[in-house]
Amino acid sequence: MTDRKVKLTYPHPPARPGEDPDFSGITIPEAGLLDVPPLDLDARGSRPYANGLIRVLDDDGNAVGPWAEYLGEDTETLMRRGLRDMLRMRAIDRRMMTAQRQGKTSFYMQCTGEEAVGCAFQRQMEPGDMNFPTYRQQTLLVAADYPLEMMFGQFYSNDLDPLNGRQLPVLHSARDFGFFTISGNLGTQYVQAVGWAMANALSGDRKIATAWIGDGATASNDFHGALLMASVYQPPVILNVVNNQWAISTYTGVATGKARTYAARMRGYGIPSLRVDGNDFLAVAAVARWARRRMREGFGPVGVEWFTYRVAAHSSSDDPSAYRPKDDGAAWPLGDPIERLKTHMIAKGLWSEERHAQAQAQILDEVTQVQKRVEAHGTLVNPPPTNPADIFKDVYAEMPDHLRRQRQEMGY
Amino acid sequence: MTMIEALRDAMDVALERDPSVVVFGEDVGYFGGVFRCTAGLQEKYGEERVFDTPISESAIVGAAIGMAAHGMRPCVEVQFADYMYPAYDQITQEAARLRHRSNGQFTCPLVIRMPTGGGIYGGQTHSQSPEALFTHVAGLKTVVPSNPQDAKGLLIAAIEDPDPVIFLEPKRLYNGPFHGDHTGKSVSWASDARGDVREGYYKTPLGKARVTREGAAVTVLAYGTMVYVAEAAVQNSGIDAEVIDLRTLLPLDLETIVTSVEKTGRCVIVHEATKTSGFGAELIAEVQEACFYHLEAPIERVCGWDAPYPHAQEWDYFPGPDRIERALRKVLEV
Ligand SMILES: Cc1ncc(C[n+]2csc(CCOP(=O)(O)OP(=O)(O)O)c2C)c(N)n1
Ligand SMILES: [Mg+2]
Repeated sequence: MTDRKVKLTYPHPPARPGEDPDFSGITIPEAGLLDVPPLDLDARGSRPYANGLIRVLDDDGNAVGPWAEYLGEDTETLMRRGLRDMLRMRAIDRRMMTAQRQGKTSFYMQCTGEEAVGCAFQRQMEPGDMNFPTYRQQTLLVAADYPLEMMFGQFYSNDLDPLNGRQLPVLHSARDFGFFTISGNLGTQYVQAVGWAMANALSGDRKIATAWIGDGATASNDFHGALLMASVYQPPVILNVVNNQWAISTYTGVATGKARTYAARMRGYGIPSLRVDGNDFLAVAAVARWARRRMREGFGPVGVEWFTYRVAAHSSSDDPSAYRPKDDGAAWPLGDPIERLKTHMIAKGLWSEERHAQAQAQILDEVTQVQKRVEAHGTLVNPPPTNPADIFKDVYAEMPDHLRRQRQEMGY
Repeated sequence: MTMIEALRDAMDVALERDPSVVVFGEDVGYFGGVFRCTAGLQEKYGEERVFDTPISESAIVGAAIGMAAHGMRPCVEVQFADYMYPAYDQITQEAARLRHRSNGQFTCPLVIRMPTGGGIYGGQTHSQSPEALFTHVAGLKTVVPSNPQDAKGLLIAAIEDPDPVIFLEPKRLYNGPFHGDHTGKSVSWASDARGDVREGYYKTPLGKARVTREGAAVTVLAYGTMVYVAEAAVQNSGIDAEVIDLRTLLPLDLETIVTSVEKTGRCVIVHEATKTSGFGAELIAEVQEACFYHLEAPIERVCGWDAPYPHAQEWDYFPGPDRIERALRKVLEV
């Protein structure tokens, strides 16, 4: 006799292709409800934050609640910069997707809809802090004022690429800009960030580390190892989870299981954790500021789930129309981060539709100009000559004999 | 049929014939795999037989081992061979040894499929060839098909095998043979006889190599993508070489290899993986042990350089036909 009472479950997204987008299962608390906890918040006390959602911008674009007061003195500069950073990121994505389609580069990944997360976060960090990012956080570089020539050089693997063409496009490394070398292997950076932060504490350098991971990759062993290490040793590390609802074609429910939120999962490791509207630029900025201050005071790690939506395809190799409804992204109940900040700035009298359109055009033009200049150094369509011998450099500090022999065999 | 379709067909046949076969992995269920190898199978067999998993290779393989020990026959996918490392503990310390350490009480009839190799501008984390990391481990079988016909027959044989099988699929061959010239026009399997795949059930036995080109001057040992690159090199050179597609690295078909090398007296070994401690080293050892007195020249190896797989310098790294041709000429000089 087989027992069919005992059955497995298989999580499903609320809607599939051909159906209407459906986000009715997502509870969105009102903006401004949650207060700002003390910097020494513990895991137990973080329960409402881990299960709730910190929001500043309400549906009409007003900044409301205690977190709206937590943005520092000069919110105007903060917002102007933020809007510019996000528009720049979106322009880069747009230009590079086109370039990829034209065969100028092998691969590209956009972060459409997630711009606020990295852009708002990075501006709250301090020089010398180190991000351990994934491929979806080019925003951290943009908001660190990383030179676009280097960024595009990396996309095109030409002589402006600081990584000598060794890495897949988008897998940057920029030590001087607080950006750890990106690995293609998911999850590995998360626990490394914890180690970096332990070194921050041991050396007393007053810097911190920030770990980044996608919702899907929280399944990796390294995510869990990182949380445990952070919980045990209490280093100054901000443990970010960017929950954009998808891992390629796989719905986020396959990574959460029956847990309520990713923040709640981190809280389960004894790490105080908060969940934040990631499409709300001001909420991201406020929470990042709070988290950075907590690190400075030595109150230990904090987990943050940034709740957002991956509007674009996973990568240039992916076509989401095969697994989710068309226009799913447009129906995301927490809107678009750029639109929301814009609406708020207009309401405050700081901005207008005309100026926005102007800024958008100007930034796109700037980005396009850089792109053209960098393309003159070579793309996949007109490849620059590679330096084959470079393959053997940096495998070790000193080249062992067997590599020297191989280089000679290659003819160099 | 493409190799993708052939693999899908193999899993379809296995799922149909044996209710204990289950297929799972990242993006494998609803979407049908990032390379589309399992497309349509969930729709046909339901979620209990074909499903999506969390992104944890160790959990995928670990759970598959549990199922296999219980009596099921899981055929799981690791999205790229480059991502098998989190599962390496489960594969090498567990799957490989259940039978031995339990004195046969528990066994592990498990297949782990993974796309392998380069040639697609995938950079260091979408291009690796880790076969030697598996052949080095007692208890595992390692298969590398080079064409759709073999891919289907070998995968069915692997699923029916009583022991764990690592099934490495050269991703550069998914849609057509690749002769090593990336600037040339891509060829589809439709125009290649080896893309002609029989319907229904058939097995290609594990542990049997195939002579893809007969010749008398030198033996070329290759597998996966390198079979075609070697054939191209042989053609370009006009040398009367015999090309052997190993198909299964472990168990190795030494008989076919020895017969050929005894005839030709010379041997060139080709693989994409890095050279040092690569599978080529094992082949050299076996060949010299068995054929020492027949050898006329030192055995040559053409392999990936001992460095991480680069993005922009991919074609400087990839062991192309020119390098193979040079090696062929070198062994013939002696
Ligand atoms: C160890 C490992 N397994 C699988 C992959 C293939 N892969 C690349 S991205 C991805 C999905 C990741 O989703 P998520 O963590 O949610 O990040 P997102 O892409 O949504 O930003 C997968 C499965 C990988 N890169 N590394
Ligand atoms: Mg995701």
